[in-house]
Amino acid sequence: MAVTHKLIQTVSVTAATVSSIDFNSIPQTYTDLVLVVSMRTNAAGVSDYVAISFNSSTASFTFKPVYGDGTSALSANYTTSPSSRIISGAVGNTATANVFSSGTTYIPNYTSSNNKSYSSDYAREQNATGTELGFGAGIWANTAAITSISLTSWNGSSIMQYSSASLYGIKNS
Amino acid sequence: MKKLVVDCSTGIATEVELTAEEVAQREADAQAWATEQAAREAAEVAKVRAKASAESKLKALGLTDAEISALVG
Repeated sequence: MAVTHKLIQTVSVTAATVSSIDFNSIPQTYTDLVLVVSMRTNAAGVSDYVAISFNSSTASFTFKPVYGDGTSALSANYTTSPSSRIISGAVGNTATANVFSSGTTYIPNYTSSNNKSYSSDYAREQNATGTELGFGAGIWANTAAITSISLTSWNGSSIMQYSSASLYGIKNS
Repeated sequence: MKKLVVDCSTGIATEVELTAEEVAQREADAQAWATEQAAREAAEVAKVRAKASAESKLKALGLTDAEISALVG
């Protein structure tokens, strides 16, 4: 049972756009990590996704989401980057103004020498088509402890102003 | 283009200009996305065509539209 839930760092994009949000030198003193992301990108459409990488690695990721858009319920098995690195929806630049996505990713045992599994849930809100609600299971098949996290746009767009990310540490003792 | 870097040991967030390698990686990632999208769209097209072909063959066997719809949704 987690007895602490401590904010490690939170950051908001103040520039017009950035290519990524990076958390470096992540303390190795917690049991689990929780990542909360709110993002809008300059993608030429209503929808985008948040892609993650650990320790600058974009390889060996798999993500299996179940998601719905209000019309259909779908599932997928992504094994190829960048879709394999999705952790959340993101709002594209033609979506309803001033709307951002929200997503939470739980990363247990991030310092272990086993492969790193994680789970995500997210909502890509907007007052039009392109809304999506989903959750999924991911794995990074790498035994290294996670010391850095990078968040980018799934389709290579830039992250827009006022997007934010917060990293929390969880201790089991 | 800059990236937003947060050093969790100091709490300091800085905007850092991408290196040439990072710019190249970003371009490679965008290309990977385009390639993946093209493959996905091709798979979707193939799936739609296969469904239409299957429905056509079922109709040739004498099934009604309602019966085909009940089978394939």
